[in-house]
Amino acid sequence: MAEPKHTTSTEHIPAGEHKTGFPPFDSHSYASQLVWLAIAFVLLFVLMSKWALPRVGSVIENRQKRIDGDIAEAGTLKEQSDAAVAAYEKALADARANAQAIANETRDKQAAEAETRRKALEDELNVKLTDAEKTIATTKQAAMTNVRGIAEDAARAIVERLIGKAPSDQAVTAAVADALKR
Amino acid sequence: MAADPIHQFRIVEFFPVAHIGNTEIAFTNSALFMLTAVVIITAFLIIGTAKKSLVPSRLQSAAELSYEFVATTVRSTAGSEGMKFFPFVFTLFMFVLTLNFIGLVPYTFTVTSHIIVTAALAIMVFLTVLLYGLYRHGFHFFNLFVPKGVPIAILPLIVFIEVLSFVSRPISHSVRLFANMLAGHITLQVFAGFIILMGSAMGAIGWIGGILPFGMIVILMALETLVAFLQAYVFAILTCIYLNDAIHPGH
Repeated sequence: MAEPKHTTSTEHIPAGEHKTGFPPFDSHSYASQLVWLAIAFVLLFVLMSKWALPRVGSVIENRQKRIDGDIAEAGTLKEQSDAAVAAYEKALADARANAQAIANETRDKQAAEAETRRKALEDELNVKLTDAEKTIATTKQAAMTNVRGIAEDAARAIVERLIGKAPSDQAVTAAVADALKR
Repeated sequence: MAADPIHQFRIVEFFPVAHIGNTEIAFTNSALFMLTAVVIITAFLIIGTAKKSLVPSRLQSAAELSYEFVATTVRSTAGSEGMKFFPFVFTLFMFVLTLNFIGLVPYTFTVTSHIIVTAALAIMVFLTVLLYGLYRHGFHFFNLFVPKGVPIAILPLIVFIEVLSFVSRPISHSVRLFANMLAGHITLQVFAGFIILMGSAMGAIGWIGGILPFGMIVILMALETLVAFLQAYVFAILTCIYLNDAIHPGH
């Protein structure tokens, strides 16, 4: 940098070619640059393709494999846990269904029992009702018979008091029967 | 001016190596930095993966990142068949990237600021595409120049344009990288020159005023870092796109 610009040309640069003054267009250096470019590029290409890139690639690939493996393992575990959850839910549903069935059965049984008991009770009550009705009918019958007797006695007594003479039994009976018929 | 903006691009011959005919092959600063790049890239990847750990260290992370970055680029641009060119594209990308970054360090030399280097790389890509395309598809490779569904009347014109764009690819491919690196470094040098100029012309006030171009250099340096990466990436992705043409010549 310290050297003055126009005396920089080394002994190898012919003065004629240096006249351009602009290094990128100085064709004198082209051959050297091309040769070294070829050497450097080929060297780098070989180093990259044979050594560095497979190396980096294998590191990345190993990691990817590991990740894929881990993901697959996680998937398997998830499947297992899903299966466990499904089994648990199935057991729960079964238990619930079972409980439901037992409850239904019990209820039905109790309902049936209650029904039977109710029917028996009803029958018994019906019998009792019939008996009572019979008793009532008998009693009524008896009462009616008694009414006739009382009526006859009363009629005889009334007639006797009114006319001073007891009427005949046949006439009283006929009159009462006649009155009761109305 | 104390700092000539072109000075930094000068090829310095250290010692001659061989003679081919009348042409002398010398070991130059350019060669030195090319080999430095080779060493840096190789060391970066090999030391980075020294432990081959499952949970990567920072350096290993960076090494893997560079690998996967280029692999993704190749796969998304040239398809999975393009992966056979992965080492080639990776070498190209890392080589250009490292040379660009080395060039950002003061007092170094930017190999990629020389058109002969970028042109050689671009022509190498061009020939790879051409030869692989012909090897893989034979004469059908030239279907690349005949888009489907074009009326016969304008077909000659289209074919002419397609061939022209194909042939001009190495030019744009190489000039883009070369010009970007050249322009960026000249700009940096010019602004640096302003500091010296102001300092020597105006004394103490000039040195204070020099803060302005210095701030400019800081900003430009960030920009140039981006450009250094971006141009390497553009170079690599264009290579992928061209290779894709060789692998799948049908439009």
